[in-house]
Amino acid sequence: MKFRRRAQQQQEEETVSLPGMYRVGEPIQDTKAPDGPIEDRWDTRRFQAKLVNPVNKRKLTVIVVGTGLAGGSAAATLGELGYKVKSFCYQDSPRRAHSIAAQGGINAAKNYRGDGDSIYRLFYDTVKGGDYRARESNVYRLAQVSVNIIDQAVAQGVPFAREYGGLLDTRSFGGTQVSRTFYARGQTGQQLLLGAYQALERQVAAGNVEVFTRHEMLELIVSGGRARGVVVRDMVTGEIETHLADAVVLASGGYGNVFYLSTNAKGCNTTAIWRAHKKGAYFGNPCYTQIHPTCIPQSGDHQSKLTLMSESLRNDGRVWVPKRKGDNRAPGDIPEDERDYYLERIYPAFGNLVPRDIASRAAKNVCDEGRGVGPGGLGVYLDFADAIRRMGREAVEKKYGNLFEMYERITGENPYEVPMRIYPAVHYTMGGLWVDYDLQSTIPGLFVIGEANFSDHGANRLGASALMQGLADGYFVLPTTIGDYLAGATSFGPVEEDDVAEARKAVQDKIDKLLSVNGNRTADSFHRELGRIMWDYCGMERTEESLRKALERIPELREEFWNNVKVPGDAEGLNQALERAGRVADFFELAELMCIDALHRTESCGGHFRAESQDADGEALRDDENFAYVAAWEWTPEGPVLHKEELNYEYVKMTQRSYK
Amino acid sequence: MNLTLKIWRQNGSSDKGRMVTYRVDDVSPDMSFLEMLDVLNERLILEGDDPVAFDHDCREGICGMCGMVINGVAHGEQKLTTTCQLHMRHFKDGDTITIEPWRAAAFPVVKDLVVDRSAFDRIIQAGGFVSVPTGSAPEAHSVPVPKADADAAFDAATCIGCGACVAACPNGSASLFTAAKITHLSLLPQGQPERESRARAMVEQMDAEGFGGCTNTGECTAVCPKGIPFDTIARMNADYLKAASK
Repeated sequence: MKFRRRAQQQQEEETVSLPGMYRVGEPIQDTKAPDGPIEDRWDTRRFQAKLVNPVNKRKLTVIVVGTGLAGGSAAATLGELGYKVKSFCYQDSPRRAHSIAAQGGINAAKNYRGDGDSIYRLFYDTVKGGDYRARESNVYRLAQVSVNIIDQAVAQGVPFAREYGGLLDTRSFGGTQVSRTFYARGQTGQQLLLGAYQALERQVAAGNVEVFTRHEMLELIVSGGRARGVVVRDMVTGEIETHLADAVVLASGGYGNVFYLSTNAKGCNTTAIWRAHKKGAYFGNPCYTQIHPTCIPQSGDHQSKLTLMSESLRNDGRVWVPKRKGDNRAPGDIPEDERDYYLERIYPAFGNLVPRDIASRAAKNVCDEGRGVGPGGLGVYLDFADAIRRMGREAVEKKYGNLFEMYERITGENPYEVPMRIYPAVHYTMGGLWVDYDLQSTIPGLFVIGEANFSDHGANRLGASALMQGLADGYFVLPTTIGDYLAGATSFGPVEEDDVAEARKAVQDKIDKLLSVNGNRTADSFHRELGRIMWDYCGMERTEESLRKALERIPELREEFWNNVKVPGDAEGLNQALERAGRVADFFELAELMCIDALHRTESCGGHFRAESQDADGEALRDDENFAYVAAWEWTPEGPVLHKEELNYEYVKMTQRSYK
Repeated sequence: MNLTLKIWRQNGSSDKGRMVTYRVDDVSPDMSFLEMLDVLNERLILEGDDPVAFDHDCREGICGMCGMVINGVAHGEQKLTTTCQLHMRHFKDGDTITIEPWRAAAFPVVKDLVVDRSAFDRIIQAGGFVSVPTGSAPEAHSVPVPKADADAAFDAATCIGCGACVAACPNGSASLFTAAKITHLSLLPQGQPERESRARAMVEQMDAEGFGGCTNTGECTAVCPKGIPFDTIARMNADYLKAASK
């Protein structure tokens, strides 16, 4: 109640403070999470959910867009349940989805170590790690099903790391105090994805799932107020195809590539969720992005993507920069007393192991002071000299050998001899399409799972939680909740031809327009410039001034794009430049919404740091009185409308984080 | 550095295809091979030419999407390295580099350096899985797995499905790819119930797709960016023979 009143006050203030930028609409509520004790809610919902008769399942078609951990596991499971599934991916095989690149591990509340872990503790850590901006009911369910994920993956033959007794090994991760992270060397994402992929291909063989590779979703078909299909482009023939269904599931991943440089795969894009947003699906917390502190820095303007180095390196490496500005000496020539081990200096309690957002911002600060190292001064040292002296080179090699090799392959430098250079990079987007407890968006029949939705991580995702959420959604949550919706399918009625024609026309018009501009700049050059704007003004640190600047620059650049982009060739066959241009066009629109969201949220929380909202020590300061809500944005031709979903904490007490 | 590139251009599977020569100047040694091709493509677009089509996605050596034959070697001469992780510092100013697609009967060219590897998906469909519907799994610790077996299974399971093994093989055989999956699952207790049917079905599918047979040349392992061991093929043959003799 208290929050509701405050939220209303805030609404009034904001309508005044950001005139013309957005409007405030009716609050929104998650109506699907049952009441009652939190540990019973998922059981209650499962029991309430209507079931579909097995005979009827065969008559129902579900479209799943994306084949990563969420989409792959959902398509496989829906196929097993007897639905007719159509699965789409833009890659040449479902096994390529970017979940494959996740290194670290997957959390689960198995408590195999007997170190005090429990479902409740995983729930608590995740809500706190998300800086109190996630829903309690969702996160509790996530922690509950985490244990089933490990069972499922092991049964599929996922080769997790094991101990000599043959039982599963775990490690601690991301600042938690229990050892609950299951892993498969540095390739946990790959192994879990291949498990889901194999389950998916098994359903293809069984005739339950049809996979459309090299197909990109370009529009959602909404008819009678329900999501009823997609328009896709066959990227090999260029043909525009219509696929109709009784429900559509988007599992198309995150939108970190709006920054151009990120750790995402080159093809990762926002088009599927952005088209759905423009068709009526609200977008939740678009400004929440995660910037990972340990990535290999950019080596020049040619850079096309950034590569993550596992966070575990900070266990033994020491982070430093020269004390003096513009000190160009080789690192080995800088004496000890002229080095600033700034994390150890500022955060003596946690030192080099402070959480991701804090480590990232500290690196930015020293580089902004002109003390950064390497090309462009955008890097800090991660030095293993002490570790090598202490543990011996062999021990370091055993622990980090593969990472050192990867670093050397990319940079040509040997980290046993010269310190690594690292810099933060965009890694994950906590924001995404708004969904209720059933993972259904504001368009009936449109479900959104995995990184594509906004749900479980609040304002900051903990390490080893992305794999958990993707698989929880795909294997266990969606297959149950979608049944409740599909049980009413007999009343859906036919899909109106006009609605299909309109969606197809939108796709065709956009392609024609992109090909007709015939200007002087490539889509990539626009994308780079957009990314630079986002990184500089809506990146690790945001201010009202920087965001307003971005909101001036983005529309200007977007206009130039539509007047001056050059897309070669035609739409008749494989045209990778056309694919890229279409994605960049959607990134422009999303970028603007991200900046508006970041501007309106004047507090700092998790990955969203507003310079105006910090405590005396320069740490992020939340404003729970005014911002304990999910910002769910509705698209309208007149500009975005903000719907607030109030967040109530019955179980976890909200506190300010401190790592000093 | 300045380079001369000889790149295979082919406009669709029915086109005959040809090598076309391009110059790329001011290449930085810190660029990845694909970034060097990005530079070429940006220029071709602005000049009104058709950019070179090539597959790529993660650009960190794990998705398996990229792959080209560079100076006659699948993924280039750098060992245990995918094309996207190959960097230009391994080349010299003035070098001429030939770039071709994977060439194999079972991998038809889609365009330029892009080939159709869907045959790999169909080999997995034939049996590269454990039949365990969602929700039916027993408690994870109910079946201990000796660490040595789990580690060996992992080594085989790291295959990224890029297809370099096929491109390097004089017979265009997919034995290393197929054997990697068979080995991964046959080393684990979870893979035992379907072990023989899996080996038979996957090998038969591999043959049906038009891949050649294995003659123990070993080129596959030599170019494999993940170092999938050659002896996986012996394991596959053992499982297959056992299944076929029944």
